[in-house]
Amino acid sequence: MTELRQRVAHEPDAPPEDKESEPEAKLDGETASDSESRAEPAPPPASADDTPEVLNRALSNLSSRWKNWWVRGILTLAMIAFFFIIIYLGPMVLMIIVMCVQIKCFHEIITIGYNVYHSYDLPWFRTLSWYFLLCVNYFFYGETVTDYFFTLVQREEPLRILSKYHRFISFTLYLTGFCMFVLSLVKKHYRLQFYMFGWTHVTLLIVVTQSHLVIHNLFEGMIWFIVPISCVICNDIMAYMFGFFFGRTPLIKLSPKKTWEGFIGGFFATVVFGLLLSYVMSGYRCFVCPVEYNNDTNSFTVDCEPSDLFRLQEYNIPGVIQSVIGWKTVRMYPFQIHSVALSTFASLIGPFGGFFASGFKRAFKIKDFANTIPGHGGIMDRFDCQYLMATFVNVYIASFIRGPNPSKLIQQFLTLRPDQQLHIFNTLRSHLIDKGMLTAATEDE
Amino acid sequence: MLELRHRGAGPGPGAAGAPPPREGEAAGGDHETESTSDKETDIDDRYGDLDSRTDSDLPEIPPSSDRTPEILKKALSGLSSRWKNWWIRGILTLTMISLFFLIIYMGSFMLMPSVLSIQVKCFHEIITIGYRVYRSYDLPWFRTLSWYFLLCVNYFFYGETVADYFATFVQREEQLQFLIRYHRFISFALYLAGFCMFVLSLVKKHYRLQFYMFAWTHVTLLITVTQSHLVIQNLFEGMIWFLVPISSVICNDITAYLFGFFFGRTPLIKLSPKKTWEGFIGGFFSTVVFGFTAAYVLSKYQYFVCPVEYRSDVNSFVTECEPSELFRLQSYALPPFLQAVLRWETVSLYPFQIHSVALSTFASLIGPFGGFFASGFKRAFKIKDFANTIPGHGGIMDRFDCQYLMATFVHVYITSFIRGPNPSKVLQQLLVLQPEQQLNIYRTLKTHLIEKGLLQPALKV
Repeated sequence: MTELRQRVAHEPDAPPEDKESEPEAKLDGETASDSESRAEPAPPPASADDTPEVLNRALSNLSSRWKNWWVRGILTLAMIAFFFIIIYLGPMVLMIIVMCVQIKCFHEIITIGYNVYHSYDLPWFRTLSWYFLLCVNYFFYGETVTDYFFTLVQREEPLRILSKYHRFISFTLYLTGFCMFVLSLVKKHYRLQFYMFGWTHVTLLIVVTQSHLVIHNLFEGMIWFIVPISCVICNDIMAYMFGFFFGRTPLIKLSPKKTWEGFIGGFFATVVFGLLLSYVMSGYRCFVCPVEYNNDTNSFTVDCEPSDLFRLQEYNIPGVIQSVIGWKTVRMYPFQIHSVALSTFASLIGPFGGFFASGFKRAFKIKDFANTIPGHGGIMDRFDCQYLMATFVNVYIASFIRGPNPSKLIQQFLTLRPDQQLHIFNTLRSHLIDKGMLTAATEDE
Repeated sequence: MLELRHRGAGPGPGAAGAPPPREGEAAGGDHETESTSDKETDIDDRYGDLDSRTDSDLPEIPPSSDRTPEILKKALSGLSSRWKNWWIRGILTLTMISLFFLIIYMGSFMLMPSVLSIQVKCFHEIITIGYRVYRSYDLPWFRTLSWYFLLCVNYFFYGETVADYFATFVQREEQLQFLIRYHRFISFALYLAGFCMFVLSLVKKHYRLQFYMFAWTHVTLLITVTQSHLVIQNLFEGMIWFLVPISSVICNDITAYLFGFFFGRTPLIKLSPKKTWEGFIGGFFSTVVFGFTAAYVLSKYQYFVCPVEYRSDVNSFVTECEPSELFRLQSYALPPFLQAVLRWETVSLYPFQIHSVALSTFASLIGPFGGFFASGFKRAFKIKDFANTIPGHGGIMDRFDCQYLMATFVHVYITSFIRGPNPSKVLQQLLVLQPEQQLNIYRTLKTHLIEKGLLQPALKV
């Protein structure tokens, strides 16, 4: 979320905050509040300024506030340019980038846990965290790969065994980690170790599952990956702009710099942006077609007949708007209507992901998750709103757009027993005959 | 896990662990030689002692009052406190085992609500511990939110299960159809509502506590709710897949305790000082034998062996089928050295008995790690038992801590080695597809079945 953070100067509100919390410092026993007993020390470890020297020199003559603004602006443009480049490079690179982002987010959150709990020297803890990350990733990638690369997997013998017993192997790997954890419990550190175990698992739940949902969305068609992410980014930027120019009424105590004007302005701007973007993208096959793995060429292809969603259709404009715009019908892609739902979610519910992350940062007294991106903070800072969005898009697609994956169904069918296969076949047949898709006479084909 | 806990004795052991009041936090090096630098102490004070390096300054949470029924107390008043404790535990053990048999007799339909009640009780126990550890009694909305999340996750899982197994029942009712079709979306919307409520309920001075409790709730849900649903899925596969694993874990508990009691000498793990290697190994062998025998006895009955199905005509669950290959006696040739010992050449076994050896092995070797995990948890938070629901034994969670790993293992075992996907689920998904896709699949299936000889090409039905 783009909040103006004056990184160069200390927070002006830090001293007053300390003063009012002095009395609470005297509490004994476990406190139910976040008491600060001393003046807040300098921001936690990773506070070295990462701004490249080039930028520093170029902007050295501006005042610190404008310099900050320029740094953020330049980095924003750099990130957007990077986004376009990887889209251009195609699905395979995107998958790898998603994986790297996921690992970096995991690393950032776990490092915060270390800092909070001083658990630097707990036995094996770092090893175990990374091991669990590996296990869960192995499990999820295995499920994805088996679904989408079915033919490739069937060909290679070792892959076939790995995929047949995939769940068992993943579970065994996880169990090994679990037993190692139990064996690593050290007498004076039980509670810390359990906290870190819990911390790791919650982080895995948030970071890893959602990044896999992102990849699922990607395989559905790159447009399902690009439009949601761009809507969230647009909402961030638009809400910031509207708040900057028109902001007056605070939105939520948790993030004092957010305003209702920014929120509502961002909402409308994002919906419009989503409509335009989906109009532009729906025209191109490379965005609209599901990503498939072609066995012959051994690469990813995005080539297909665009589905109904991506074919222009005429819609009658309701009377109200007819008089305003003066058109009777409008040609739109049905996908644009879905994009309104996606943008609405991105603007209304997406910010809650940001509030959650802000609350988290306040709870643990950190300014940013890390210092990876100069002017913006860590990777997690940029991606905090995206997580809810990824899950929403995935659920949306599963519920409203497509049914189950036909090739996966065939694959499951082939593993059933013969009597079960016959039973299903006959049921399907009577169903199709009922629907009129089949007649008894066509059985001979 | 059955550990001898001297409940009759006062809170002696506990008091020894209770620390002096925590004003000496800067002098926290009373038992460790690690140097607590000033900076660390600063940060400790900043975060409060919730996150201190060592466990020592968490005051012991006093156990709830003794819930042994009066009648037992009177009957055993004459015995010394140690034997009284032993008798109480014994009687309660027998009571629980009889309850187990009773529920099995009543059938799978009763088992589902029992599993659900146990799950809710375990969730309640763990959440209550969280309240006490974090003194979060007066956090806004917290209890409501925890129960709401429990409801959401249960709704999601039951919806997935119900849709699978009651496909025919569900197809009939119009509203249920709608709920099933958009099930994921509805569950997600419900969860999101809870998430937004949580964010809106964040109160300025309590952020960290609220986040801790949020995470605590989610981890608890992950442990208790997902595993209890795996238990129900195992149950639907056939009651034997529910009975044999659970009894193996119980048997391992009891026999490891008995072996440890009579022969125990070498300690097993520092975490649970009363466990011994003799108990561990003795328990392993007896559990394997027990599992083998129980599998043999149960495999004969269709009631235990058949998958549970819902029949729409009779509107109830039936367990009637042709027993699968696993449950038909087969002759196995014994390896020569066993032949020499037993003087039989072949032996008639159910193939399931071989699987039961795998299940019992897991129950004896890896199951105890679940118990160690729970012991570590209790030591970390300085509690003696999860709760005081069962006199002599502790809470429900104390009895079920080893079962959780087992349930997941059995489920993974079944899906990997025993059966493929669920046929009714495949059918349900087929019926949801677009008509053209259905036609395509129909043609593919037809070709496949004809190739396999299951269908006659010229047959017109």
